[in-house]
Amino acid sequence: MDLSLSTETVGDRTVVRVGGEIDVYTAPKLREQLVELVNDGSYHLVVDMEGVDFLDSTGLGVLVGGLKRVRAHEGSLRLVCNQERILKIFRITGLTKVFPIHTSVDDAVQATD
Amino acid sequence: MTEGDGMATVELLFSALPEHVRTARLVAAAVARRAGVDEAVLDELRLAVGEACSRAVGLHISHGVAAPVRVVLIEDEKKFSIEVGDDAPRPAPVSAASGAAHRPGSAQDEGGDGEDDMGLAVISGLVDDVEVTADETGGLIRMSWPTTPGAAVS
Repeated sequence: MDLSLSTETVGDRTVVRVGGEIDVYTAPKLREQLVELVNDGSYHLVVDMEGVDFLDSTGLGVLVGGLKRVRAHEGSLRLVCNQERILKIFRITGLTKVFPIHTSVDDAVQATD
Repeated sequence: MTEGDGMATVELLFSALPEHVRTARLVAAAVARRAGVDEAVLDELRLAVGEACSRAVGLHISHGVAAPVRVVLIEDEKKFSIEVGDDAPRPAPVSAASGAAHRPGSAQDEGGDGEDDMGLAVISGLVDDVEVTADETGGLIRMSWPTTPGAAVS
């Protein structure tokens, strides 16, 4: 299975819907997408991971890289995820403290710091 | 029980290309399921073997090693083991059986060696029985999981 990506603007947020497997092979595509969005001036990103079947540390690295980029512009990167097996990876790496993780896109879009 | 006293093994060699890591994950999970590894830990096993293979692929690419990455799946009586070996030379012997020293913070250097550390951190967090060794000839990650006797699919 490959990686699918689509974006949608909701207010001042850009929602990136990710589907499939994020691993060492597909993560560069996600990285490109995030870099492109930030270069185009989208600094408040919501990454919807509900369609993600697999996530490894390469994918985590890309998300951390995305967070660094948006923060350089006073932006934000929020995640939407309810899947226990994906959430577990964020927990064991301590990244639940780094990323705001929401249960729905609506919730993430409305969230403020 | 398997007949004879030899351990059942499956060995996989693949060129150090990121697209083959998924294949290694699928093969490892399929063999583990057959060996009687609990369904509940197959997700973790798949992730751990993927991390180990991604790391090996990265090391082969960065060191210009042409040899393939080696994955050995060993079905024992009470446990299922996976060994992922690379041929990337390390300057000095390293033992990192305890992954606690690997903090994910270093992985913030996007795309650098930090991702290796994060991969090891994930493996250490997922797998109770893991051993990471490396020397001038390459590195080896050994992981094992208990199997449920009688649960093996024949």
